[in-house]
Amino acid sequence: MHDKSFVPFTKEMIGEYTILIPNMLPMHFKLIVSVMKTYGYNMELLETTGPYIAETGLRYTHNDTCYPAILVIGQFMDALLSGRYDPHKTALIMFQTGGGCRASNYISLIRKALSKAGMEYVPVISFSLAGLEKHSGFRLTLKKLHRMMYAILYGDLLMNLLNQVRPYEDVPGSAQALADSWTRKLGTELGAAKHIRYKKVLQDYRAIVDAFAAIPVHKKDAVKVGIVGEIFVKYSPLANNDLERFIIAEGGQPVVPGLVDFCLYYVYNALLEFTLYRRDFLKHLLFRPIYRLLNQKRDHISRILSESGRFEGLTPFAEVVRSVDGLIHHAVKMGEGWLLTAEMMELARSGCDNIVCTQPFGCLPNHICGKGMMKPLKELCPSLNIVAIDYDAGASRVNQENRLRLMLANALKKQDA
Amino acid sequence: MKEHLSLGIDIGSTTTKLILIDRGEVVYQRYRRHMSKVRQTTLEMLREMEIEMEPGPLSVTISGSAGMGLAQGAGLPFVQEVYATGEIVRRLAPDTGVVIELGGEDAKVIFFGGGVDERMNGSCAGGTGAFIDQMAVLLDMTVDEMDEASLKASRIYPIASRCGVFAKSDIQPLLNQGASKSDVAASIFQAVVNQTITGLVQGRRIEGKVMFLGGPLHYCRGLQRRFVETLKLGPERAVFPEYALYAVAMGAAFAAKDREAMALDELIHTFLNCPHLEQCDRLPPLFQDEAEYQAFRDRHEKASVPVRDIASYRGKAWLGIDCGSTTTKLVLIGEDLSLLHTWYSANRGDPVSLLKEQLLHLYQLCGDRITIAGSAVTGYGEDLIRHALHIDEGLVETIAHYKAASHFLPEADFILDIGGQDIKCFRIRNRAIDSIMLNEACSSGCGSFIETFALSMGYTVEHFAKLGLAAKAPVNLGSRCTVFMNSSVKQAQKEGAGVEDISAGLSVSVVKNAIYKVIRATSPTELGRHIVVQGGTFHNDAVLRAFEQEIGAPVIRPAIAGLMGAYGAALHSMRRTHSNILGPDALARFTHTSTTSVCKGCTNHCHLTINHFSDGSRYISGNRCQKGLGIAGGEELPNLFAWKQDFLASLKPVPGDRGSIGIPLTLSTYELAPLWHGLFTALGYSVHFSKPSNHATYEKGQFTIPSDTVCYPAKIMHGHMLELMEAGMDLLFYPGLTHNLDEGASDNHYNCPVVAYYAELLKGNMDQLSGIRFLYPYLNLDSPAALASSLYKSLRAVDAGISRRELRRAAKAGFAAYEVYRTRLREEGERALAYARSKGHRIMILAGRPYHVDPEIGHGIDKLALSLGFVVVTEDSICHLAPVQHVKVLDQWTFHARLYRAAAYAAAHPDTELVQLVSFGCGVDAITTDEVRDILENAGKYYTQIKIDEITNLGAVRIRLRSLLGALEERS
Repeated sequence: MHDKSFVPFTKEMIGEYTILIPNMLPMHFKLIVSVMKTYGYNMELLETTGPYIAETGLRYTHNDTCYPAILVIGQFMDALLSGRYDPHKTALIMFQTGGGCRASNYISLIRKALSKAGMEYVPVISFSLAGLEKHSGFRLTLKKLHRMMYAILYGDLLMNLLNQVRPYEDVPGSAQALADSWTRKLGTELGAAKHIRYKKVLQDYRAIVDAFAAIPVHKKDAVKVGIVGEIFVKYSPLANNDLERFIIAEGGQPVVPGLVDFCLYYVYNALLEFTLYRRDFLKHLLFRPIYRLLNQKRDHISRILSESGRFEGLTPFAEVVRSVDGLIHHAVKMGEGWLLTAEMMELARSGCDNIVCTQPFGCLPNHICGKGMMKPLKELCPSLNIVAIDYDAGASRVNQENRLRLMLANALKKQDA
Repeated sequence: MKEHLSLGIDIGSTTTKLILIDRGEVVYQRYRRHMSKVRQTTLEMLREMEIEMEPGPLSVTISGSAGMGLAQGAGLPFVQEVYATGEIVRRLAPDTGVVIELGGEDAKVIFFGGGVDERMNGSCAGGTGAFIDQMAVLLDMTVDEMDEASLKASRIYPIASRCGVFAKSDIQPLLNQGASKSDVAASIFQAVVNQTITGLVQGRRIEGKVMFLGGPLHYCRGLQRRFVETLKLGPERAVFPEYALYAVAMGAAFAAKDREAMALDELIHTFLNCPHLEQCDRLPPLFQDEAEYQAFRDRHEKASVPVRDIASYRGKAWLGIDCGSTTTKLVLIGEDLSLLHTWYSANRGDPVSLLKEQLLHLYQLCGDRITIAGSAVTGYGEDLIRHALHIDEGLVETIAHYKAASHFLPEADFILDIGGQDIKCFRIRNRAIDSIMLNEACSSGCGSFIETFALSMGYTVEHFAKLGLAAKAPVNLGSRCTVFMNSSVKQAQKEGAGVEDISAGLSVSVVKNAIYKVIRATSPTELGRHIVVQGGTFHNDAVLRAFEQEIGAPVIRPAIAGLMGAYGAALHSMRRTHSNILGPDALARFTHTSTTSVCKGCTNHCHLTINHFSDGSRYISGNRCQKGLGIAGGEELPNLFAWKQDFLASLKPVPGDRGSIGIPLTLSTYELAPLWHGLFTALGYSVHFSKPSNHATYEKGQFTIPSDTVCYPAKIMHGHMLELMEAGMDLLFYPGLTHNLDEGASDNHYNCPVVAYYAELLKGNMDQLSGIRFLYPYLNLDSPAALASSLYKSLRAVDAGISRRELRRAAKAGFAAYEVYRTRLREEGERALAYARSKGHRIMILAGRPYHVDPEIGHGIDKLALSLGFVVVTEDSICHLAPVQHVKVLDQWTFHARLYRAAAYAAAHPDTELVQLVSFGCGVDAITTDEVRDILENAGKYYTQIKIDEITNLGAVRIRLRSLLGALEERS
């Protein structure tokens, strides 16, 4: 049901318009930008930070909206009002899962903010596999999605290695510099190649792993800290006050589950619609091979990681899925749903039992899947050391850091014992 | 162990504690409030120690929330405070089971044994020590006096335990209604206890000895008593150690003992020379220089009211009283509208006695030259004062403020009033109130927040404000609820911000709060062109300046900014020529006492305060409806809330051969009860719904709630589950419902995540459920067949005799029963509309979710609306009369789609108003409220929103509904 305020992104706009993307996962999104360049799209990842982002967001949206929406809207509005872009030649893009969480409404909230600022003519593209909206200039073809899948896989690998090396590097910043240079290199590759040859991808994986293994490091007892939670706050340094950096500075090693896990979760849920409720049989048929494919790709990365002898591989996703049996039903699919519980469980099982569970203040699904599951999780793994941190435009950093320090102090003591 | 001394320094949010340990023995300890001057106080204390002790080399470790910055700056070791406490308790009292520690602004709970677990309050739960301080100020007592008083309490009032701001808005009306200070004091302590339990204990069982630590628990015996009673601790299990104040400092000293020693001199030197870490965000100054300030003052001095000397005035005069939440104001005006007399005072919990004195004084001033020809009262205490002193008229405060402002500036099109506790704004169109916005309970307390903050830092509010005017770089404290500001201030202090910068920053925050949170404006042009600001808070030049800076335009502040309510009341009373106010003689004899009781008229069980006056009359407050006043009869208006309650109550268990099944009457059950009743009855189950909730239902389950920020309708579900089990049910049912019924009126038909999946949380957090069979299958409600097939597996597990065919038939019966309910509901809605129209009554759509019909969740607001003469219908009873709405957001929740249609119905009918009920913490309503508002305002209608929570201050709700009524009347 499109209302009057719907402005489609048309074919004519491709190339002529700059499409702005909010900053959720810097490396992944840069790679996606490169992929879209191949198709003639002129995309730009917004890397603005600072308290004025949230303030701008608050000005243009309901203050009780979730923090990610406030940040995304703040970043968009700030960019459009900055004079750096011609608003008549700019479009915005945002992900929309279409689930029962209010996050599905981010697109509408962005449009409302635009109309508040008198810029309702700016097209807002819904990046949605559910196909909630039609934009003639932005069609998600299988080919595009295929390329994007590699952007995500590369991004996950880089993020994983970066976190495994950064706490131990001899020269501060060397791991980040390597990750950045690979992001650029892969971006050019993904953008230039006519076809993606998987053999080349696997070669790249190995080269990346080798390059990270070659970074000079020193031995250090860094305590492993898992980061889980609402997807935006978990990943975006803008939203979580650069949580990964904080943990490293305090002597920890962040362990952050990858984005491909979230994609697998999404596909798994679609499959479940049929097994559970006998709905969407065609989707079921279509998604089954996708689920297999993603699992395969993920397993390859995992194998290459563990073959290095230096880095840890990933737990097979099937095990992640099984880990919540008896804890929470897989039908819980709004927001991060059962995946959040599964990630905590999986981290704890694989020896990373210090966990930060991040969520925007008042996040509805996390009442159930995050905070609501901590008691049963602790009963299953008594050594679990878990802290729930709420992120919010008004929450003070000192409060958050104090709670994180408490978790870290307990983690270090456990390690010493 | 090394031979040197070890020093622990604990710098909390309000106090600094030092402890010096020599070979395991405490040799020196001190405790002092630091008034935010963290470094200075610490230095002073160290120097005193140097003089008194002349200690040798010592090692040091710092702890505490305000100590982190200092430790970083000075390069000294730091230990997290909860961790420090845990370590020391483990050493000194290894048999401790649980530690409960309340600090200045923190609450901590540590569980030992069976998996150590250390918890701190989240960013929502406000401070506790600071909260108690604030409450003491509110009661006009010292903390000691309050503690003393609490020991004499005879009853406990329910006070919101979520955060200070909520509690405050519960306490104020209690005081205004004449509740005893002892009872209120004890209730405040109980609120702290409840907050600790829901916020931190979160379902984990309290076992073994419980040790209580921290300042408030050390000093306040009343608080100790509340904890001991609530947790049912015998004397052998409650431990109040001598070192309650110093546990963190001791933990820090303990952590210090293996560190390298230094001379005390050297330590002092390090503190002196450590760099300030200036990180927090700063704002431009309020004034560039003195000249700019002077120009600002001159401009505002022009907005004054003529004043006449009361001693020389002769003739008629009119009296206006504004009995607000924290202060009472009084003005007397002459025939030419000039001010003859003004008076302003803090309530100190007893406005009636204060006003009696003041009126007697006024009568003396008037002598026989002046006769009072009319009187009116407005504000929180309106009803009480009107009854006590026989004031002629009462008017709702919003209308009073508007009268005053429009008299002042006839072309005013926007009025913003920031009082002690409320923000009110009105938009004026065509000389009538066009829309009213009041702050929701969560951002209130604005004016009094600055005041109590100033006091806690050791300044008067005037002095504090003056300091802010000269601030070079105000701290940016954000624009959220005041509890968050507290921690932002803490952060600023940590980074070395001075009092001036904090004062100016607070003013900016209050202003931002008003503009962006309450008014929700994006630009000043949106507010209006002729803006009047008023309310006591605008007497503060820093706030006024911050407001002008933020909107980028000058505004008008009447010189009597703080008296506008009273002035408006006086103006209102000018339509009278003769007053019945208590005369000097009657007043001199006047006395007033109050008692309390609980109304047994219905399930709301209103807490009544009965005020007895010396003339034998009495005034009862706290009631929602007329029943509490002992008045019966009169016209009974249709009320769809009552109809739905009755209908649900009529779903009685039918004896069946498959036994009993219990279903909690909460969340989605409020919609689907007829379906489940039909289905399970057809299967041969005897279906038992839990009873409608009351506050005890909530309390029963509060120990098992893991997330303290989830909505009240969800929290109360824990109690329902327990009640069903207590009634002997061993088979309970509350399904998982990702999707709701598809009414074909929206893009999708989801439930919100909480309604959809709360069963998972119950299963994970209520140990009691493991002893029984709890069914929470994930169901498909698309059709009877789909329902039957998704329900089959879980039912078979309970009773292998159930066949698919039988279940399909039962599902059909369920859907049929639901259809009957829905049809009757709609007929009833139409009947109510027809009745209202035939009798000329106004109609109110009290719109929310189906579960707002629960008397505890809806707080009997329906009855309040009836008492104001509205016929009450629900959104689901009339939404079928309006077309499906095309809204600007993704319309993907079934319950919410009804809201939009109900709003469209109200928009199309001049005699119908819509009031939206919103549960605190409902994330989904952040989306729906704007849409509903748009639909109504585009049609020129008022939008009224009421946020409801565990406790809802009905006084504020009454103001809202009366303002709506007042505005409607002024308009017609």
